[in-house]
Amino acid sequence: MIVERVVRGLDERLDGGSFLRRNLTKVFPDHWSFMLGEIALYAFALLVLTGIFLTFFFQASPEPVVYDGPYAPMRGRTVSAAYDSVLRLSFEVRAGLVMRQTHHWAALLFMAAVVAHLLRVFFTGAFRKPRELTWVLGVLLLFAGIGAGFTGYSLPDDLLSGTGLRIIYSGVLSIPVVGAWAAFLFFGGEFPAHALLSRLYVLHVLLIPLVIAGLIGAHLALVWRQTHTQFPGPGRTEDTVTGIPVWPRFALKALGLMFVTWGVAAGLGGLVQINPVWLYGPFVPYSAPSPAQPDFYAGWLEGLLRLWPNWEFHLFGRTIGTLFLPAVVVPGVITFVLALWPWIEERVSGDHAAHHFAQRPREAPVRSGIGAAGVAFFTVLMLAGSNDVLAAFLSVEVDTLNGVLTAAVVVLPIACGLVTYRICRDLRDGGGHPIARPGRARVRRTAAGAFEVEHEPGGPAR
Amino acid sequence: MSAPRRPREARLLARLVRGGLLLALLGQLAWSFRPSSSQALTADESLGRELYLASCSTCHGIDGAGTELGPSLRGAGPAAVHFVLSTGRMPLANPGDQPVRQAPAFSEREIAALVAYVRRLAPGGPEIPTIDPATGDLARGAQLYLDSCAACHGAGASGDSIGGGRIAPALDRATPLEIAEAVRIGPGTMPAFGERGLSPADLDAILAYLLWLRENGSRGGLQLGRVGAVAEGLVAIVVGLGLIVLVIRLTGARA
Ligand code: HEC
Ligand code: HEC
Repeated sequence: MIVERVVRGLDERLDGGSFLRRNLTKVFPDHWSFMLGEIALYAFALLVLTGIFLTFFFQASPEPVVYDGPYAPMRGRTVSAAYDSVLRLSFEVRAGLVMRQTHHWAALLFMAAVVAHLLRVFFTGAFRKPRELTWVLGVLLLFAGIGAGFTGYSLPDDLLSGTGLRIIYSGVLSIPVVGAWAAFLFFGGEFPAHALLSRLYVLHVLLIPLVIAGLIGAHLALVWRQTHTQFPGPGRTEDTVTGIPVWPRFALKALGLMFVTWGVAAGLGGLVQINPVWLYGPFVPYSAPSPAQPDFYAGWLEGLLRLWPNWEFHLFGRTIGTLFLPAVVVPGVITFVLALWPWIEERVSGDHAAHHFAQRPREAPVRSGIGAAGVAFFTVLMLAGSNDVLAAFLSVEVDTLNGVLTAAVVVLPIACGLVTYRICRDLRDGGGHPIARPGRARVRRTAAGAFEVEHEPGGPAR
Repeated sequence: MSAPRRPREARLLARLVRGGLLLALLGQLAWSFRPSSSQALTADESLGRELYLASCSTCHGIDGAGTELGPSLRGAGPAAVHFVLSTGRMPLANPGDQPVRQAPAFSEREIAALVAYVRRLAPGGPEIPTIDPATGDLARGAQLYLDSCAACHGAGASGDSIGGGRIAPALDRATPLEIAEAVRIGPGTMPAFGERGLSPADLDAILAYLLWLRENGSRGGLQLGRVGAVAEGLVAIVVGLGLIVLVIRLTGARA
């Protein structure tokens, strides 16, 4: 086969090819939960491909132009060149809309997969020594992804994106002492500034993708170097790693998974509408749309802003604005705790040993409890970020809902954490599986016509 | 000692006087509740009167001046009466309820009769607007809708919660006439837009856009209720990631 010939050819020329052989026979994980990160990788690749297509048509310019395309309700309206180009991309460029939508769906899939992957690594303790650095890179990836998404949905210059930008602008402004300068520097002047769009564009198509690609590269290099963790099982020890070889099994499976990921993203892109900016209209400073939510991965930030009480206080003769705590301090603290979690856990548990076995969540009840609390916390915040939609959907008053969610954001994480902790601890100490397989009876008819019953006892579910 | 019994005639007379007084009082009362115009009621109006006395007067008063259960209808105007009746908002079941759209309680003829009677009973207020959505300028309508209505009703007219615990409903069910009436009267917490704010041509433009939106604007595929990122995130996680996870779960090792 071609691959074999290429490899043999390289082998002969590159000194015995031990490098290639070593790496092609390297084992990779086969457990399903280890593929979540891969999904993110393939989604990223698709983002780059569809993104390149979009750059051919998108214009990052706030210059006013008169729209005269086929979308009747906007015809004759003066809009920015950016918004105009997105409408043209959506209604005139062949396959433009499906590319745009696939790009957006792929972004959501990317973030969803990153979060799922992060949860898997967290709950199985796969971040423990010596893989702390891989974890940190992953957390950085998460935030780079949020940045990419945010700059991305700000580009079309529609009413919704303008609203999001205005919130960020106010958040930056709220930083004491340096806020005004930082906002001025980053936004290029008073919001909405002329320079903003092209800056966001460079960030979105150049800087952040490079950062993400670099982070992914380093992240994967570490995984390659340190190998993956594995669940304990027959033939597995802390010192050996099992899995399937890179070539051919893992590579072909990975290729298949890549196409599945792309297929799902493209399927959604072709079949389900996302971010219909033509309905939102161009950005105008005096207006705000509703419902106005950011994409889901920024939903918790929006939720923090919506639930945070209207506190304002004074420190050293300066007024600390209401936005400073929920928009800057709390997300900052969350980021740090998340990034430094491996060391925090090491400190608290006093376990400084290296680990190559992944744990089942029950083996670390405290960590699992904290993880569950975190999941509950972010879920409630995401719900709070969509409180208006939720209230209309449930036909309750927004204020009632906010009251419930404010209580829930404190109570629910504690409750979920405690319950998870208890369940994990009982499972660990009890040793059994919570769902036992029921016993079975086998009935056999003998040649003479009599029946024989053979009982098979129940046991742990597989 | 008992009082001497009065002769039979005297008792009869007293009874007559009392009855006459009562009748006069009732007549006086009825006279004070007469329709403001001195003309006799048309057939339509008397049907309306019947319906009004049966279904509305307990809350809005026999004279339409309001009671503690419902506001005065003076100045509400035919547009308001027609709007609340044809959207089924009235008659309200309980005075404390937020009026919501329901199947109308009356037929079109009865609604017209009620409108006619209330116009007679409590004159004034905006007339039912004449509309012609077909002549509306779509692009102007889109801009006006986004500027004046979308903040409450949503860019996709899907409805949303607004402050004060109210819900600005989705605009997919109201007829063009009902939309025009809503704009002019401002039901509930919605502001009323007079002709100075939105000319009849503006109103037609908004109607044209809203009607257009019902059939169009769905470019790109399935619309997720036009509620934006909330539904999109849900679909991405549940359907998108869900499908892929299903695949890896089926093809990957499980131990
Ligand atoms: C159970 C009491 C009740 C009944 C019965 C009732 N209404 Fe009402 N009506 C109300 C209340 C309360 C409001 C104010 C609603 C609001 O805006 O919150 C109202 C509002 C209205 C308005 C709007 C007034 C304005 O200024 O905009 C009109 C018009 C109206 N009612 C007409 C009618 C008609 C016609 C009927 C009979 C078919 C009727 N109502 C029956 C309680 C009632
Ligand atoms: C301040 C928020 C707000 C604005 C702005 C607003 N509305 Fe409303 N609208 C409401 C509320 C709240 C209701 C429900 C009123 C009730 O029934 O009590 C409503 C009801 C309606 C209804 C009745 C819907 C139905 O199905 O019964 C229509 C139609 C309507 N609005 C159209 C418009 C149009 C067109 C505009 C723009 C010119 C507009 N609204 C602007 C808040 C608003």
